[in-house]
Amino acid sequence: MDQFTLNLIVVGLSFALYIGIAIWARAGSTSEFYAANRGVHPVLNGMATAADWMSAASFISMAGIIAFVGYDNSTYLMGWTGGYVLLALLLAPYLRKFGRFTVPDFIGDRFYSQTARIVAVIALLVISITYVIGQMAGAGVAFSRFLEVSSSTGLWIASAVVFVYAVLGGMKGITYTQVAQYCVLIVAYTIPAIFISLQLTGSFLPQIGLFSADASGQPLLAHLDGLLTDLGFRTYTEHHSNTLDMVLFTMALMIGTAGLPHVIIRFFTVPKVSDARASAGWALVFIALLYTVAPAVGAMARLNIITTIYPNGIGEASLTYDGRPDWMHNWEHTGLLRFEDKNGDGMIQYYNDANAPAIAAESGWAGNEMTTFNRDILVLANPEIAGLPGWVIALIAAGGLAAALSTAAGLLLAISSAVSHDLIKSVFNPNISERSEMLAARISMAVAILIATLLGLNPPGFAAQVVAIAFGLAAASLFPTIMMGIFSKTMNSTGAVAGMLVGLGAEMIYIFTYLGWFFIPGTNMLDNTAANWLFGISPASFGTVAAVLNFIVAYVVLAMTKPAPQHIQDLVESIRIPRGAGSAQSH
Amino acid sequence: MSDKSASAYWAANIRLITICLVIWALASFGFGIILRPLISGIAVGGTDLGFWFAQQGSILTFLVLIFFYAMRMNKIDREFGVDEQ
Repeated sequence: MDQFTLNLIVVGLSFALYIGIAIWARAGSTSEFYAANRGVHPVLNGMATAADWMSAASFISMAGIIAFVGYDNSTYLMGWTGGYVLLALLLAPYLRKFGRFTVPDFIGDRFYSQTARIVAVIALLVISITYVIGQMAGAGVAFSRFLEVSSSTGLWIASAVVFVYAVLGGMKGITYTQVAQYCVLIVAYTIPAIFISLQLTGSFLPQIGLFSADASGQPLLAHLDGLLTDLGFRTYTEHHSNTLDMVLFTMALMIGTAGLPHVIIRFFTVPKVSDARASAGWALVFIALLYTVAPAVGAMARLNIITTIYPNGIGEASLTYDGRPDWMHNWEHTGLLRFEDKNGDGMIQYYNDANAPAIAAESGWAGNEMTTFNRDILVLANPEIAGLPGWVIALIAAGGLAAALSTAAGLLLAISSAVSHDLIKSVFNPNISERSEMLAARISMAVAILIATLLGLNPPGFAAQVVAIAFGLAAASLFPTIMMGIFSKTMNSTGAVAGMLVGLGAEMIYIFTYLGWFFIPGTNMLDNTAANWLFGISPASFGTVAAVLNFIVAYVVLAMTKPAPQHIQDLVESIRIPRGAGSAQSH
Repeated sequence: MSDKSASAYWAANIRLITICLVIWALASFGFGIILRPLISGIAVGGTDLGFWFAQQGSILTFLVLIFFYAMRMNKIDREFGVDEQ
């Protein structure tokens, strides 16, 4: 059986499973549609949260992001996991006790203000829509690469599948589908990682293998550092970036994670307040299974590539063009990997020609000959590099799609519930019947899928920046406001709205200053280089500063205005206590 | 529940949250980034302890912290009689 047929079978089976689950878990009420009737076991909810959270970027790109930079990009590992501590300690249990369906629902009620609710809806829509575009585009790419259809055909297939199970099942269908998707993606990720770790270090746990000795007799990381230095690259394990920026970027990712609406709403689905706390822990268990493996995959893949190109050591005869392994041929077809024999010696040289090592001049090297190496290849080509059978390659295809689709579905639910529940029901038509609200939720989800697909077909050139901005916006707007709603009894609507607007505004202005107004090239006021950044803070790290501004402005305004009325202070008192969480309540 | 025990319950919660967040910051921003030079003498598999904290240790610490917090809060909930029946 050829690889294409195998991919088709494995991906087809996984889709049949998702749609089967969706039909079994159809939603019949708004409580089922928005919050799975609050009946999801905390361990299953943790698994669903993990799939919801881990996007195509986590699955495909993260190992590569770490592999090509090393220690400095540990920020992603710490930032994207540390946010769960904030969720478990500061947000999830109280929001579950509050017992509503959406994030703007909490902000609108707690700050007794339609303005606050609408500002929260706008923040939610901007965050979630920018995020979902990347997921749909990612799913389209995964389809086109493994199933040999065009990227746009792939995108339409992906949106059709999401449409079936998200519109039909709502939160209930999405949750149980995500549980299945988690299983597919974690198996697909860890099997090749275990084999590579075994081959390189003899340890079957990649987390241990990363710190073990390899065939050279030295520790794997020391071996890698040595090779990189010889080739003129920066070392892998040392710190090269700005410490302040590294701290602020990690913090922005942490509070951004805790403020992402599609993650927060997952904690509305568990039966009890104590389950919300534990469920954040279970989510992190399932996320950590991938996040502790990713840095090992990154370092091992980087080492593997260097030792494949220099099988006899640097300075000896390197890999010849005729002798390069099959996986290189396969990926050259996609254009993500390219070689160019610049000095015409028939051998490949891979080194940093911007900082050429002495060896380059001695050996007559005429520039780095691995001219293109897309970082996403690392994970996708892992099974081929490790020489694993075809079904593992097919599993990687299914895993990448599972990661993209599960995140897209969670985001679409957050978008549709904000529209149907927070705008239509709470603002425009409070008397809407449950039946009509469900219909509105399904229609808004269908519209959201359509918009995401169309934007995914013509992704704006700034797609990569936009995802970083989703985190910055969540950090600057939603996280501080929700936290003050719980931890300050007196915080009033004026303070909360002022804080959100200043946080959002500061974040947008700082980003637009360096990346251009609305990302239009050429409209930036300053070049996006470290020398121009305020105190060396990059636009991606600014979310932390904007969050601090949000807190400060809110408290200054509070000091000048009347504190929240007594019935709101009583409400805050009641959400701080787990007893009486009971079942779902609507309003 | 009376106002007095409500404020004592909340104070106990805040105390626990503070302890957990100090450890949270120490494992990531501390050992993983700022304090890494201080503990660079401790070698771990070809690099130092700070690198291990940045890529493995911080995540494991976060995991332990969340379950520790959840367990302690369940106990505090029962002590103050505010647990869910």
